[in-house]
Amino acid sequence: MIMRWLGLLPLVLRSPRRGRLEGRSRAGARWTALRDAPPAAPLLRTRSWRLTIALLGALLASLAAPALAVQPDEVMKDPALETRARTLSGELRCLVCQNESIDDSEAPLARDIRILIRERIGKGESNDAVRAYLVSRYGDFILLKPPFKLETWLLWLSPALTLGLGVAAALYARRRAPRATPRLSAEEEAQLAALTNGDASSG
Amino acid sequence: MIVEIGHFALVLALAAALAQTVVPFWGARVGDLGMMDVGRNAALIQLALIAIAFAALVNAHLTSDFSVLNVAENSNVAMPAIYKISGVWGNHEGSMLLWVFILAIFGALVALFGRALPRKLRADALAVQGLISVAFLAFILLTSNPFERLSPAPFEGRDLNPILQDPGLAIHPPLLYLGYVGFSIVYSFAAAALIEGRIDAAWARFVRPFTLVAWSFLTLGIAAGSFWAYYTLGWGGFWFWDPVENASLMPWLAGTAFVHSVAVMEKRDALKIWTIFLAILAFSFSLLGTFLVRSGVLTSVHAFANDPRRGVFILAILAMFICGSFALFAWRAPMLKQGGLFAPVSREGALVVNNLLLTTACATVLFGTLYPLALEQLTGEKITVGAPFFNLTCGALLLTACFAAPFGFSLAWKRGDLLGVVQRLAFAIIVGAVTAVVAVAWLSGGPIFAPLAMGLGVFVIIGTVIEVVMRSWRPGLTAGVALKRTFGLPLSFFGAALAHLGLGVTLLGLSGLGFGAETIATLHKGVPAIVGPYAVTLDSVGERVGPNYKESIASVTVRSGDTVVAQIEPARRQFAAREMSTTQAGLKTLHFGQIYVSIADPAADGSVPARLYWKPLVTLIWLGGAAMALGGGLSLADRRLRFGVATRAKAGASALAQPAQ
Repeated sequence: MIMRWLGLLPLVLRSPRRGRLEGRSRAGARWTALRDAPPAAPLLRTRSWRLTIALLGALLASLAAPALAVQPDEVMKDPALETRARTLSGELRCLVCQNESIDDSEAPLARDIRILIRERIGKGESNDAVRAYLVSRYGDFILLKPPFKLETWLLWLSPALTLGLGVAAALYARRRAPRATPRLSAEEEAQLAALTNGDASSG
Repeated sequence: MIVEIGHFALVLALAAALAQTVVPFWGARVGDLGMMDVGRNAALIQLALIAIAFAALVNAHLTSDFSVLNVAENSNVAMPAIYKISGVWGNHEGSMLLWVFILAIFGALVALFGRALPRKLRADALAVQGLISVAFLAFILLTSNPFERLSPAPFEGRDLNPILQDPGLAIHPPLLYLGYVGFSIVYSFAAAALIEGRIDAAWARFVRPFTLVAWSFLTLGIAAGSFWAYYTLGWGGFWFWDPVENASLMPWLAGTAFVHSVAVMEKRDALKIWTIFLAILAFSFSLLGTFLVRSGVLTSVHAFANDPRRGVFILAILAMFICGSFALFAWRAPMLKQGGLFAPVSREGALVVNNLLLTTACATVLFGTLYPLALEQLTGEKITVGAPFFNLTCGALLLTACFAAPFGFSLAWKRGDLLGVVQRLAFAIIVGAVTAVVAVAWLSGGPIFAPLAMGLGVFVIIGTVIEVVMRSWRPGLTAGVALKRTFGLPLSFFGAALAHLGLGVTLLGLSGLGFGAETIATLHKGVPAIVGPYAVTLDSVGERVGPNYKESIASVTVRSGDTVVAQIEPARRQFAAREMSTTQAGLKTLHFGQIYVSIADPAADGSVPARLYWKPLVTLIWLGGAAMALGGGLSLADRRLRFGVATRAKAGASALAQPAQ
């Protein structure tokens, strides 16, 4: 089953508007729909598009239309294991959707991965093992939270770097600004003393 | 014919925008007052012309004129009238027209109410505003013409995307655009100030009303969008860190920082350069958002190939305005005179901290959104940056900012007394901490976010109330005097207090996430399914026919113990024209929480697969957002800050003076 989907994956990934094609409500679909106004009609002119749409249509028709993300029949008997499965599926990306976890996705591929996770957890594998297996298969792309490594250290450190830069800029600006209250010169001190003395004597 | 008039009006609007750009700018350089005033009239004419164009498109949609391509692709005779109208901006071309329409409205507002402004500043600001109009009108006319005809005209339109056939479409995009585009005024004023090389507290006073309008609408727009997502997407999520959401969050974060720093500038004449920087940043993010959304670059890296002209055109506009303004900033900002000194521990200092945290959060969203694109272009490696990343990074930054909020609100200007403030807020700190600890114990383990947000929410709310009370009451004062003093406080103070209260309320709403319950079950008639403290029973399954859809409805009864608390009807709608279906969640608000039921297509044996949620406090998330926006509105209503008050007061004074002479 999975292999069938995988064979199609490159095709689906290549289609620029894959998010909308399956025609189901999904996270971001509202925005997606707002953004890409021109519907499929002009796109149909290209051949690869027709193919993609036809294939997707056939795939959808071949399945009983899933309308919910996690289906009742997927849920595991053991609540503890199910909780683990839910946690894990919340961290994994639906590969054919736009920025959506497989836990929230209605796509058939997401369902397959959800079932695969539950099978493996049911066999006693740890969450880390299942995650590692999926990464070996689909790459880091499947992780919603990118791992910290050579390619992503800049991403992970960007908040700290930005904040550091901001603090440095603030300190620099402060140093450049004139002192809040410059000390009085000796002459001014004398004047002040004279004034206050005069005040005291008159008062 | 009406459609052609609309198209022609749009071309004329481009001409008016060109005049608005060139003439007043030149006038300001040579000091010709007549030429400077051209900007004012051009802005008004431009608004009238774009209004005609917009009305023409609305008319075409309302009358289902399928000889117009835009209507044929996004409308349908059977659609209810409200969706025919909101469908105008439920597509690329129409939404760009709405964009420039709102842009023109803001330009006209400056033209009409800007009499108190220095002539040159107004002329320059209108010229910059005109330039933005020119760019986007040219974009519409050259690449995204909503008035394109279709021949032969089809008998029936392709229908609006069913997901968009919702009252949310009528509300969310206009509000969001009012926010996005509202920052264009701030940007124009910042550019004008840089061109002039002068900026002061008066500038901040001119800009402040526009800032508040833009920020309040953006807040409302984001809250409305989030609520829309919540009830249509079928699983009760309200924020997805979707790139398009991020595109609207970035201007909001930068705008929120700006609202705070412009207050410092207005009151204390400090942080000028920084304020200008934020003004440019807020609109730059609006433009970036427009680019990301309109070019489709985020849906796929192939979107440029899809319609290369559109993407490249917007990218050019983006580059021109962002690079242009930052170049101007780099050249001119060092010449601006710094004023307003303050100690690190002061309200100004606290606002600097707020600004740093907000802009860092904003930069993090930017990095997270664009990093995968950049990495794939550079190395070909695909990664995903999703909700867990943003929750961790932005969550930490924004919660820290929330923690700082009551302190900043209570500190004095110029030189504050942190220890004194901590003493004043002691009660709030203790109650907040106790709440968090109790929540941790209650959840016994769970994620730390919910208790933290709850404690913070309580702290922010109580801390804000304490500050309001302390402003008007001291030990020894009678209630009457305290009340009188309360009414004597400026509206802008109450505006800020309300916005902070809203922040606390939203935090409480978010904390409710940790206390909810979810059940995934197949509902059978008469068999209750338990979700949190409630039992949900399926009563019947039925069919109903709407104007352009069929729907399957499941009637369910929600009970608490033996008492019936709600009867709700979640549904699935099938739209024939696009062969799509949507989920209509069944909702019941109980106190501030909601019971949420969404169903899949009923099975043949009458059972219904369903997701049931109990979401305590969830409505507070959006109520808090509404309170923030209302706070902005209150601040706007403050007499001292209204636009043009100075002139009217002067006119009134001279009218009084005359009889005496």
